[in-house]
Formats: sequence, structure tokens, C-alpha cells
Amino acid sequence: MPTTAGAQARLPIRSDMDLVWVRQHVRQAAAQLGFGLVDQTKLVTAASELARNTLVYGGGGTMETETVTESGTQGLRLTFSDEGPGIADLEQALSDGFTSGGGLGMGLGGARRLVHDFSIESDPGTGTTVRVTSWVGRAPRPREES
Amino acid sequence: MLRLGDVLLVTLQGDLHDSTAQQLQQDLAETISSSGARGVVIDISGVEIVDSFLGRVLAEIAGQTELLAARTVVVGMRPAVAITLVELGLTLPGVHTALSTEVAMELLAEHAPSHRYGGLRRESL
Repeated sequence: MPTTAGAQARLPIRSDMDLVWVRQHVRQAAAQLGFGLVDQTKLVTAASELARNTLVYGGGGTMETETVTESGTQGLRLTFSDEGPGIADLEQALSDGFTSGGGLGMGLGGARRLVHDFSIESDPGTGTTVRVTSWVGRAPRPREES
Repeated sequence: MLRLGDVLLVTLQGDLHDSTAQQLQQDLAETISSSGARGVVIDISGVEIVDSFLGRVLAEIAGQTELLAARTVVVGMRPAVAITLVELGLTLPGVHTALSTEVAMELLAEHAPSHRYGGLRRESL
């Protein structure tokens, strides 16, 4: 199991102003951990997509950040939680082009491609938790067969 | 928003609120319509990330600009932003791009004559 260490934070996601704080916070944390510019950009973009999902579909929630270490490699883990209506069909929600909120439908599926590890838990009625982790210096996740 | 001849120059900087991006979209439509500008150059070299929301706004600006007989060129996208957008699945078809404002102005100048006569211009027979 990865161990957690370093600065942890919990940010509210209640408005589009909060999306700006989320992006800035993730950018700073990623830079401090030593992520390269492209990896920082990917992680911040993923955070922006997921935070917007939390805001638009989940009715608001929080993002928690923590530094994790696994076999000597440091990573940044972001956890987005809401107590919204939840997602009935996760498979469908993760597919490109699916949207129920007027977006392009790139949110979940797109964010998943931008990080190393991605997990989602959702039950209709209890909300949604999305957890993503990216590791410093690790190669991008392999392309999936399409 | 800056006007240079019949081209509108917009520079985006830093981290944009969703509402700021949407306001820009509206303002541009109104300004093009009232001024008769034939080109829009949006400089995003100071923008650190483009997510699907901002990507969609840029694509919509390009689309609405075409409908108003003008053309949008997005300028100066950072390499990391381009890499991320493609991986996100957004290639922004229909959005014209250039690496610098100078090149964008040249593109618009080349494109301009076909719009000058409101589409009534005929190629010489």
C-alpha cells in the first residue's frame, strides 16, 4: 500500500471561482512534487474536468489532495467527493461523448486518460467519489485498444 | 479587446473563470456584429490549461464568428496544452490556429477578400 505524507488539503467546490482555486492548488502541489510541465498540465486539466463534474452533476462537493509514496516514487492523489444524485451507469458515463449536463462529454473519460490511476465509486442517491493519482516521472498509462 | 484595422485582438491570460469565458463569447459576437470586423485573433499563449469547457467556448466562438462573416484564429497554444487537449479527446475541428499573431494576421488577410462582398463575389469566368 502506498503511504501518505506531506501536505494535505481539502478544498470546497461550490462555484466556478472554486474551480480556479482547485486548478491553482493542484498546479502548485504538482510543481512542488517535481512533475514536469506536460504532466502538470495533464493533472491540472484532469482536476478541472473532475471538479466541474462535482460542481455541475454532483451539486458541489470537495477535493482532497495528498502526497503518496509507493516504492520510492512520489505521487499526487486527488479525491473528488459529492453527495449528489450519483451515476446509474458508470460504463456509459466513462465513455466519450456521454453527457447529461450540456458539456462535450469528455469529463470522466477524458480525465481518466490524463492520469495514471483512476477509480470511481457511485451509487444513485448517495453521491460520487472519484480518486485519481499521478506519479512523478512515470511513463503515461498505455493506450487502450479501441 | 483591441481593434487593429478590421481585426479584433483578444489576449487571454492566466486562469479564466467559466463566466469570464462565456462573457467573452457574447462580447465578441456583439462586437463583430456592430463593428463589421472580419477577423478575430485570440492569443492564448498566457493560458496554462484549456479544459473541455474552455475548449468548447473556443470552438463556439469560432463557429459563431463564421456565421457573422468573420474568421477566428487561435494563436500561441502552449505545447503542453496541445498535448493535453488531444489526450482529452478534443482536437477542436473548425478552429483555425497559428503559432504567432503575425502569421494569424497573414492568414486573415489572405482569407479576407472572399468575405468583402458578402459572398456575392464571383470567381472570374
